[in-house]
Amino acid sequence: MATTLSLNCRKTFPGRLTIDAQLELPLDPPRVLILFGPSGSGKTTLLRCLAGLEQPEEGTIRFGLDLWVDVARHHFVSPQARHLGYMPQDYALFPTHTVTGNIEYGLSELSQDERRTRVSEVLALLQLQGLEQAKPRQLSGGQQQRVALARAIARRPQLLLLDEPLSALDAPTRGALCSELRSVLTRLKIPTVVVTHDWTEALTLGDHIAVMSEGKILQVGVPQAVFSRPANETVAQIVGVETVIQGQVSESENGIATVHVKGTAITALAVEGVGSSVYVCVRAEDVVLEQAGSGMTSARNHLPGLVSDMVPQGVMVQVTIDCGFPLTATITRGAVEDLRLVPGASVIAAIKAGAVHLVPRLAG
Amino acid sequence: MNWTAIWVTFQLASLTAMALLIIGLPIAYWLTFSRWRWKFLVESVVALPLVLPPTVLGFYILVAIGPHSPVGRFYSDLVGHPLPFTFEGLLLASILYSLPFAVQPFAAAFEQVDRRLIEASWTLGVSKIATFFKLIVPLSMAGLVTGAVLSFAHTLGEFGVVLMVGGNIEGETRTVSIDIYDEVQALNYAGAAKTALLLVVVSYGVLLLVYAMNRKVWAVWPQR
Repeated sequence: MATTLSLNCRKTFPGRLTIDAQLELPLDPPRVLILFGPSGSGKTTLLRCLAGLEQPEEGTIRFGLDLWVDVARHHFVSPQARHLGYMPQDYALFPTHTVTGNIEYGLSELSQDERRTRVSEVLALLQLQGLEQAKPRQLSGGQQQRVALARAIARRPQLLLLDEPLSALDAPTRGALCSELRSVLTRLKIPTVVVTHDWTEALTLGDHIAVMSEGKILQVGVPQAVFSRPANETVAQIVGVETVIQGQVSESENGIATVHVKGTAITALAVEGVGSSVYVCVRAEDVVLEQAGSGMTSARNHLPGLVSDMVPQGVMVQVTIDCGFPLTATITRGAVEDLRLVPGASVIAAIKAGAVHLVPRLAG
Repeated sequence: MNWTAIWVTFQLASLTAMALLIIGLPIAYWLTFSRWRWKFLVESVVALPLVLPPTVLGFYILVAIGPHSPVGRFYSDLVGHPLPFTFEGLLLASILYSLPFAVQPFAAAFEQVDRRLIEASWTLGVSKIATFFKLIVPLSMAGLVTGAVLSFAHTLGEFGVVLMVGGNIEGETRTVSIDIYDEVQALNYAGAAKTALLLVVVSYGVLLLVYAMNRKVWAVWPQR
């Protein structure tokens, strides 16, 4: 049975924002859908509508065979009856309960034995053993995040909703926990919706990504496609990373990694905890174009290619170069004239190693 | 000292505090979480005993439970004797009179509970009622104790309402404050002084308990 998430919601916040979002996406086999967009774009509100904590003014929400919301028919399924796992942005751990108390809070329907098994299962999955009796305020940010996730998944929900799961953490912790979250989600096999404004998180965690802006869903697709081929200028601005391509890390030494992308070797800064499968991400403004046959620069990557497309964008021109894979560069109109760029012209794209971002790829 | 009056007063105050825990919690919950736009009408009614002279309140209660009202008739048909000038009638009056002293600290405490915790509980499949007992009550314990203790202390010292509804029947409706009044009327100042001192000491002790336990929760109205 295909578990399809289908929503069509309208909700107005007078003077601020109108949410008017449509989405239809099969989440079977279990997939991770990213709701991606700048803050204030309505992602969290949409997630709260899914959780049943917010009621749309118009529209329907359907998950698989369940009709959750149908405003026209005054049908509204309570959050209790939706069988969800919901993790709010600040985790909302119950301060009066221990770690175990938090995790088994929603398990009162189970027998005591089952409950105990379930708790030790999720404690092991999220490596929380030894913290069973701790109170939330005694935990670090990363531990709190894991307890909140443990609590959300302990009931084996049919849909998992995570609101900015990593934003409450400091930057170094975030990177490590992002990879960890990815492997937990892969193992759980529960359809998941994740809200984030961070594109590395979106790439790491997501099978699908829905880009939101000002209350509307502008584009839905696999992350690579959305990042590389944004449907319009707004999406391009929101994602901000024009080239996203799969690659394999072949070696990593002294903080420098060599990545193979479709036969081309690219030098990048190594990132700790990244496996061999990566997304290679480059912003268009970080790509410098040189005339073929020109001299040395400090950039580590010089990729020869042919201009395949040129799209004017105000004073800038977005140039796509085919160098084994499509690479996007944004340069000024003056530079286009100086380099005498036309479609089919040969050119060298230079990228500094520091401008090549490696993001772990979601396995499976 | 009139130990019978002290015992009657203690019983009255304890039962009032207990009854208000049962009646006040749902009222406070509703006042805190309802989104009804005319909610303030009910809030004002609950707060009315704070500003109304006890004699006015007592007068209306007396009329409402008297033999000429449907409530009074129903009660005397049921039990066999009328409600005014009995301990039960006095208890009813005390509950109404002390209602804001329980409901307001309860509501102030509920107001402090983070809504996000309540929402998290709901998404974990826990019903609204179960969420109230599993989460909201433990988190607002200080406010609940404050409300119960304040209504107890407030009932200890009530005078006007007792006089109107309860009268002055030894062992039934004669409370400590009435006893002090009687002693003074009889020019027995020494007797009055002892009982009055007892009331001051007990009231002070009760308030010490409340303030020492939690300084944040006590507020006349919840902060918004």
